[in-house]
Amino acid sequence: MDNGSASTVERSDPPTRKPLWRSQAINKFTQQNLPACKPVLTPTWVILTFLLIGTIFIPIGLVSLHASRSVVEIVDRYDIDCVPEQFKSNKLGYIKDSSYPKNCSRTLKVNRHMKAPIYIYYQLDNYYQNHRRYVKSRSNQQLLHGLGSNKTSLCKPEQSNNGLPIVPCGLVAWSLFNDTYKFIRGKSELNVNRKNIAWKSDRDHKFGKHVYPFNFQNGTLIGGGKLNSSVPLSDQEDLIVWMRTAALPSFRKLYGRIEENLHANDVIVVNLMNNYNTYSFGGKKKLVLSTSSWLGGKNDFPGFAYIFVGSYCIVIAIVFMLLHVKNSRNTHVGYN
Amino acid sequence: MPEERRKMIHFRKLYSFACFHSKYEHSHSQIGQKGYSRVVYCNDPYHSEAVELNYRGNYVSTTKYSAANFIPKSLFEQFRRVANIYFLVVACVSFSPLAPFSFLSILAPLIVVIGATMAKEGVEDWRRRKQDIEENNRKVKVYGSNYMFHETNWKELRVGDIVKVRKDEYFPADLVLLSSSHEDGVCYVETMNLDGETNLKLKHALEVTSHLHDENSFKKFTAVIKCEDPNEKLYSFVGNLSCDGKEYPLSIQQLLLRGSKLKNTEYVFGVVIFAGHDTKVVQNATDPPSKRSKIEKKMDKIVYILFSTLVLIAFVGSLFFGIETKKDFSDGNLRRWYLHPDDTTVFYDPKRPSLSAFLHFLTALMLYGYLIPISLYVSIEIVKVLQSSFINQDRHMYDEETDKPAHARTSNLNEELGQVDTILSDKTGTLTCNSMEFVKCSIAGTAYGRGMTEVERSLARRRGDPLPETGHDVQGHEGEKSVRGFNFRDERIMHGQWFNEPHWDIIQKFFRVLAICHTVIPDKNEESGEIMYRAESPDEAAFVIAAKEIGFEFFRVTQTSISLRELDYEIGEKVVRKYKRLHVLEFSSSRKRMSVIVRNAENQLFLLCKGADSVMFQRLSKNGRQFETQTKDHIKKYAEAGLRTMIIAYRELGEEEYKSWDVEFSKAKTSVTTEHDVSVDELADKIERDLILLGATAVEDKLQKGVPECIDKLSQARIKLWVLTGDKMETAINIGYACSLLREDMKQIVITLDSPDIDALEKQGDKEAIAKASFESIKKQIREGMSQIKSAKENDVKFGLIIDGKSLDFSLKKDIDNSFFELAINCASVICCRSSPKQKALVTRLLKGETGKTTLAIGDGANDVSMLQEADIGVGISGVEGMQAVMASDFSIAQFRFLERLLLVHGHWCYRRIAMMDVSAQLCVKYPFLYLEGVENILFGWSCILGWMFNGFLTSIIIFFWTTKSMIKQAFQRDGQVVDYEVLGVTMYTCVVWAVNCQMAISINYFTWIQHFFVWGSVALWYTFLVIYGYLPPEMSTTAYRVFVEACAPSVLYWLITLLVVICTLLPNFTFRAFQTQFRPMYHDMIQINEFEGVETDELPRRVRKKLHLMERLMQRNS
Repeated sequence: MDNGSASTVERSDPPTRKPLWRSQAINKFTQQNLPACKPVLTPTWVILTFLLIGTIFIPIGLVSLHASRSVVEIVDRYDIDCVPEQFKSNKLGYIKDSSYPKNCSRTLKVNRHMKAPIYIYYQLDNYYQNHRRYVKSRSNQQLLHGLGSNKTSLCKPEQSNNGLPIVPCGLVAWSLFNDTYKFIRGKSELNVNRKNIAWKSDRDHKFGKHVYPFNFQNGTLIGGGKLNSSVPLSDQEDLIVWMRTAALPSFRKLYGRIEENLHANDVIVVNLMNNYNTYSFGGKKKLVLSTSSWLGGKNDFPGFAYIFVGSYCIVIAIVFMLLHVKNSRNTHVGYN
Repeated sequence: MPEERRKMIHFRKLYSFACFHSKYEHSHSQIGQKGYSRVVYCNDPYHSEAVELNYRGNYVSTTKYSAANFIPKSLFEQFRRVANIYFLVVACVSFSPLAPFSFLSILAPLIVVIGATMAKEGVEDWRRRKQDIEENNRKVKVYGSNYMFHETNWKELRVGDIVKVRKDEYFPADLVLLSSSHEDGVCYVETMNLDGETNLKLKHALEVTSHLHDENSFKKFTAVIKCEDPNEKLYSFVGNLSCDGKEYPLSIQQLLLRGSKLKNTEYVFGVVIFAGHDTKVVQNATDPPSKRSKIEKKMDKIVYILFSTLVLIAFVGSLFFGIETKKDFSDGNLRRWYLHPDDTTVFYDPKRPSLSAFLHFLTALMLYGYLIPISLYVSIEIVKVLQSSFINQDRHMYDEETDKPAHARTSNLNEELGQVDTILSDKTGTLTCNSMEFVKCSIAGTAYGRGMTEVERSLARRRGDPLPETGHDVQGHEGEKSVRGFNFRDERIMHGQWFNEPHWDIIQKFFRVLAICHTVIPDKNEESGEIMYRAESPDEAAFVIAAKEIGFEFFRVTQTSISLRELDYEIGEKVVRKYKRLHVLEFSSSRKRMSVIVRNAENQLFLLCKGADSVMFQRLSKNGRQFETQTKDHIKKYAEAGLRTMIIAYRELGEEEYKSWDVEFSKAKTSVTTEHDVSVDELADKIERDLILLGATAVEDKLQKGVPECIDKLSQARIKLWVLTGDKMETAINIGYACSLLREDMKQIVITLDSPDIDALEKQGDKEAIAKASFESIKKQIREGMSQIKSAKENDVKFGLIIDGKSLDFSLKKDIDNSFFELAINCASVICCRSSPKQKALVTRLLKGETGKTTLAIGDGANDVSMLQEADIGVGISGVEGMQAVMASDFSIAQFRFLERLLLVHGHWCYRRIAMMDVSAQLCVKYPFLYLEGVENILFGWSCILGWMFNGFLTSIIIFFWTTKSMIKQAFQRDGQVVDYEVLGVTMYTCVVWAVNCQMAISINYFTWIQHFFVWGSVALWYTFLVIYGYLPPEMSTTAYRVFVEACAPSVLYWLITLLVVICTLLPNFTFRAFQTQFRPMYHDMIQINEFEGVETDELPRRVRKKLHLMERLMQRNS
């Protein structure tokens, strides 16, 4: 990039007498005599470059930081509190046994005004959606074309059940997240929009409009959520979001949107179904409500990083300047 | 025809004694035994026993591969490279489900790499094959069953065939000479391709076969030759020929070697005894050792390091994988249930965690395989091929005279050119043209000749004296064309003016001696009528030419007479003077003189003699010393001017004296005793006495164009030059001065065994004593040299070391060579004279081993081949002499002076190949010390490599953590979407692409549109790829489907992170470079700053001077 370039242009040799080297351009190339720009790291250019980076980066950092700070975010971890007291020592037994009621109620307090749309995420920690076995265990063909596709060998062991193929096959779909949330402010339930939470390209081109769940979650070992077998996959947005696998073991996924403003000091009651088993592997479950800015969600890191790099450059520029002044004075003394 | 033949001369009688005794050597008794078992049935190749012996045919193949073995053999060659084996293993495993990505993405690069290299090999081999086909299909006349000579291809010749070779044709196989167009069966052979010597060699047939002249005479001819088995010795041959029940000994004198050429003889007949691969020249051809550059060797080490890192990473990864996997299923409890650990394959099996871990290890090896830079090999190969083509096409290294460009014969060693520490150079044909020019002479105490020698010119240049124009033109008369071998200008004796000089009679005698006392053969060109002289040594040719130019034209030689055409001043026209040549006393290295005894038309007998001053002055008679002091004075001056001198003297013989001597001499000549040579020498010595001094000649061994300037530049680049030559010490020192290797202000350390006490020992003949004394003497001399150097260290005196071959022999012995090299390394220039080809190679090898620095050998003749092959880089001069050196070399150039550009410009560029160029060619030549960066290996030293590795590590840390930290969890767009692994991957890879290309841009000091194109083009290509690939149907693009267009591009965060991360990865390196350029600059930085600031002085930048000074002191302290 800009490495403080000053340029001098190289003169080429006088034209050649030999007819052998016909074209001038080829000639200049073969004789390694192309016009060239030779950036030189002179002190002035170095100092200017550092100052330039500094003056650009610090404002960007401040703006990003401001954007991040303007986002209001509420995070609530509920996986432990939603286990009834008597099962605290045997969370696994509780979650596995479908006869126990899984409903749970959480109260969230809004500290700052939250402007619609407010995004609802669920966050899982210590959940390895990026495990090699897991990531591969799906059939994009089948998701798009349904039962007709037989390229499902990677879906094992969730490829077929009782001799019948499973749609959608594979571990990813099988382990579908199935906690549900209801939000109540005061007396009224907040409307949660659960449409358009998946990428449009996924809905349109990766999940078939005429592919319906089949033989799903019928095995001995029940994984996660079930699917309505009368809704085509392209409309099963929960599944689509889930199947867009996360890169790292701690991740958020979009659940829906609240399309009303929440005011400061509002109290939101969340009625949730704590169905999903994260207890066996010590994962955490969190519910996240967040507004968004032009930069996305709340994260101070980019802003701080910009400010840090910018100040570093300014400092280096100053150090360099001082050293240069000192050095050139020495040289002059040496001359005399 | 017989008439014509009679006109030819019987040279045998003329060539009096030196070479004409085919004595029975003791090895003749071994014929028929082991090693001497070959039996050749002449003129009967289909003899039943010959068929049984089934000697090899004359088909020669020099190719490395054949059509059948090309694939396996070249594949094998390829997989000798470590990295390639790794990739092969990976490619094999990639077909199993272990592979982290599709087998195509692993196999494709391997196939490209190997395919490209194999294609290169194939093309090279194809060229060799084409050469072979051409050679094998050359035509020769062979004697067939129908008793006629008919034409056939070389490859169809068989052992025992009789062939007829015409003038200027090459011999198709090793032949035994049967007869020639000269009646006495002699012929002349040019062996330039074999040993690099340009003079003609005389071969002669056995008398018993020399009568075979026409097809009829071969009808009845049968003979059996028994001789040694095929071997590589060019200078010896043992065999005998049985014919009519008698045995005749055969020696090298009868052997015509393949690769040499018939000259000055209309035709010869010969019988094939060694064909094809049995011939001596092919036996001599060794497979060129495959040289690898230091950087390539280092690359291997780097690959090992990377490989260990890879194994370590994979091991740690799979260890944790195993641990985690094991925990997933215990006591019937599923931990990470979403992985279905109860129903798994072997790759993830909690019940067999160690096996799974091992398989994961293999997968990881592949996954992280990008650590091993396979593309680096490809790009280096491509870069090298490009560099080679740049070298080949460089107009500044193109020689118009010979129409020969420089040629990089291997591309492996390009960057090595930038790291040469010592050059070992041949002299003749490399530094000098191997053409002698007559420039000066001293006759009767008067010095003639106004030409200026190269040495005088370079001396004058150094002193800053004004230079007269080049010697050729200044006194040259209008329209006078320059004559090869003659650069003598003096109006006092040219154009017949010598007649007006006071000592005109002595001048006349002087030039007559030059015209008569030689063994030159005139070769009249039938068309132009011009006479060419064929001489054994170029000195002699120069004398004869000089005599001709002054007006004593030697034009015919017969068996017994020599004829001159000279101007008779009494008549005023040219007359022919004929001299009877009675004896030729040949030149030999021990005699250091030659004489002829002639009788002139007035029936006077003369002994004409020329020789080295060391032997001639003591042979002068009392009244022949009239001009001794002046002549000696002149000789000294000539020697200082780098000229070769010769003393010319004569003597009139009395009839009686001659007669008695003649009888004795003839008797001695015919005796076949072991003392033969000795007695002949003694008799010659007896008559070469009481000579009368005429004068001295001075001949310039012509330096090639631009040699002193080139050497000067190379020495500024701190490249040491050693001259290894077969010449005498005096000549070598002369040349040393001529090409500014030695200077007046240098002290000479001479190591020699030419001391009186050793001579005395040699006379006694006690070999052990000689060896011991020599050894001690050498040791002493080396010690003395070292102490001289030590004592002179403060005074900044430079030393030149001169050593002769015999001393070199002792110096290279185990227990002494350390101190010898210590001495040699401390000297600015080293000249080894009288060294054999083997010694040249030995010195090269020892020097290479001792210093560990890169050596470059340069030479032109076959005698340099072993040296060229031994050195790290062999450079062949593709000038006039044979192709042997060029064939054995890695680079070939037409003239020595191109070495400057090859090293300082191309070497520099090739070494800095990443940047392609940092400073222009003009600057490279202007500031030769730039070259030091290569010699010191600054740019590819371990610190540099580790520095870059560290930089890479830092960069990847920044890219990974800053990207994840910035993006993970929170929404990255206004619409609340979060980052999944596709988006994160694209963001990171974008950062990688930018970071890599920008790092490159920062390191490049020299931008042409090519650099811009590739650097910024790569970045653009990445985005283009993302868009295009993203628009492919999701079945093909899978995770990349519209990821850029839909997710990344609309996100501000994506762009901000790219900017942040990329700048951040560049900062460490940029800061370092900035501080380095400013406060600890490298040479090219200084030059660039200098140029930038427009400082246009020849003086070195101050900082450079300071640095050089420091370095010098450092080097002194180290040594």
